[in-house]
Amino acid sequence: MDFAAMAQYLPLYETAMWLTLRIGWVGIIGSIVIGLVVAMVNHFKVPVLHQVCRAYVELFRNTPLLIQLFFIYFGLPRLGLSISAEACGMLGVALLGGAYMAESFRAGLEAVEPIQTETALSLGMSRAQVMRLVVLPQAVTLSIQSFVANVIFLLKETSVFSAISLLDLMFVAKDLIGLYYKTTECLVMLVIFYLIIILPVSILGTVVERRLRHGAFGD
Amino acid sequence: MELLGIDVLFKGSNMIRLLQGLWVSVEISLISVIISIVLGLLFGVFMTWKNPVAKVISRIYLEIVRIMPQLVLLFIVFFGFSSAFGVHISAELSAVIVFSFWGVGEMGDLVRGALVSIPKHQYESAEALGMSKAQVYYHIVIPQAVRRLIPMSINLVTRMIKTTSLVMMIGVVEVMKVGQQIIEANRMVSPNAVFGIYGTILLLYFLICWPVSMLANHLEKKWN
Amino acid sequence: MTEPLLRIEHLKKAYGDNVVLKDISVDVAPGEVIVVIGPSGCGKSTFLRCINGLEPIQGGSVRIDGEEVDPGSKNISKLRQRIGMVFQSYELFPHKTVIDNVMLSPLKVQKRPKAEVKEEALALLERVGLKEKAGSFPRELSGGQKQRVAIARALAMQPEVLLLDEITAALDPEMVREVLDVILDLAREGKTMIIVTHEMSFARAVADRVLFFDGGEIVEEDIPERFFTAPRTERAQKFLHTFEFEAVREHEAAPQEQQQA
Repeated sequence: MDFAAMAQYLPLYETAMWLTLRIGWVGIIGSIVIGLVVAMVNHFKVPVLHQVCRAYVELFRNTPLLIQLFFIYFGLPRLGLSISAEACGMLGVALLGGAYMAESFRAGLEAVEPIQTETALSLGMSRAQVMRLVVLPQAVTLSIQSFVANVIFLLKETSVFSAISLLDLMFVAKDLIGLYYKTTECLVMLVIFYLIIILPVSILGTVVERRLRHGAFGD
Repeated sequence: MELLGIDVLFKGSNMIRLLQGLWVSVEISLISVIISIVLGLLFGVFMTWKNPVAKVISRIYLEIVRIMPQLVLLFIVFFGFSSAFGVHISAELSAVIVFSFWGVGEMGDLVRGALVSIPKHQYESAEALGMSKAQVYYHIVIPQAVRRLIPMSINLVTRMIKTTSLVMMIGVVEVMKVGQQIIEANRMVSPNAVFGIYGTILLLYFLICWPVSMLANHLEKKWN
Repeated sequence: MTEPLLRIEHLKKAYGDNVVLKDISVDVAPGEVIVVIGPSGCGKSTFLRCINGLEPIQGGSVRIDGEEVDPGSKNISKLRQRIGMVFQSYELFPHKTVIDNVMLSPLKVQKRPKAEVKEEALALLERVGLKEKAGSFPRELSGGQKQRVAIARALAMQPEVLLLDEITAALDPEMVREVLDVILDLAREGKTMIIVTHEMSFARAVADRVLFFDGGEIVEEDIPERFFTAPRTERAQKFLHTFEFEAVREHEAAPQEQQQA
């Protein structure tokens, strides 16, 4: 392995990693916001909005991110809305992720037994108090596992950004392979950088999951 | 029609080409799905072994599948194998290898989950009825495990179909690539083709994946 | 004649075409213990849920001290604070410790001072024999312990009426006693209660009045002494008979004094 070459490539990979992290995490935060709103709308079956949100969730869960990105990135400018590749990436992750997060949160809300709500009501709580004090804390804990899985999934999905000409890790790796033919070195660095991005989330996720379960349910 | 650039679809053999491209994607996922199911069943049983070596191997395998983006794996097989071992692997074959590698891991984990989810007293009560080990599996464990397994493995299939869109990035001429080519060829005459073509591809993926996910949801509700 | 604390008049409840409660009228005097018994699906549990405003009703009214319990009204949560309810499946909040379960509503709903609520919660836990479990999570408790916490939680709101919905039905037999002892204790103190139960000897011991429900109506109403020994209606006789078994094998009674040869 040519370590000198690897050292030379390092800054390029580093810049690319920050790009991936930036787009990935802004997108993920967006997806949490979208997911919470959509989950509430679907849980409470708000008329009209509920149908719109269901259609959104089905459409984005059943199509690949790549085509969603192409549609946003190449389509929107034709409508006179120009959007930078970076913003497009963030929007794509937020929209795709929102559909997945919505399903996780909704499943969490549904997993809280209705009789828990009734018990809380019988103790004189208002609807809002029941949601805040009894249902949501349990729903969060119940959906944490699929939430972490979604975050990892979305970070992995960011690997398609090079298709809309973003200089991300995949783009840098492919570019360097084409230029210098140091394939093994470039691929090893690619793997290491993705480990740097995703491994901490995976480890932290497992810890948080255990903590939350312990704190919430005492087991 | 022209406004949305759908007209391009009906020019020449564009629609046929697009569908041929789609078939390439479907073919890759079908082959990978079949390999994943067969080997995944074996791997799932392997994962239930108490042997520490088996445990370590399956743990590492699963972590790779869980953490590495499929596109990175595609790059490793497509670019890496030829440079490291001097064997050239076609883009299509690379795709099948990567999707199978990924599918066997995920499928194996589902199989393991389904097997361990059967409560111990189900085994015990079947044995108390005088069944042999094989009979316990055949009559009691497998029918219950399959019901848990099928909806989740159907979901894995739709994920695999969606992920095939990545193979254009290692040069497979599938539906996305064909779409790009059509848009490129008609850039001057109908600049709005991006809508028509990408919209059509979006819809095609949706039409394949949505009914399949609906089926999985339906089976899950029915069996749980 | 004292004014009734709870007055239920012509209560009607239906799910679509399925009429669950036909025309129920009951007055409950302060301090009275009413036991509701009847076959499964006779509407006993629905009856309790309607009293607590957990179900919209299709006719009639439920009043506590003259105020109507209406699930749609603004002050429903005020009224629910006066009517405590304990469920068959305990329904402790799994994310809160035992003491937090008991304190949650007095703190957040009644907004009473924390020190006072805590003192009272500990006293209630002591009363149900679980003071040492205050810091535990529900998961760590047995079924009987959970149910006793649920009773303490309901009492912490200082309700005027307590509704108990088959609170021992999910318990192992040896835990039924510890829960029912708490209820007997409350009855002795003069707590107003409406109890749905399948424990016949408990019903007989605790009730001032027994209501026998069948097919969504009150078929028979009497003091327990008469109801359990000489039920008047055929349906009640048949129901009570399901709890009795007659010997199918004959054995010679073993004489006590007989010596073996």
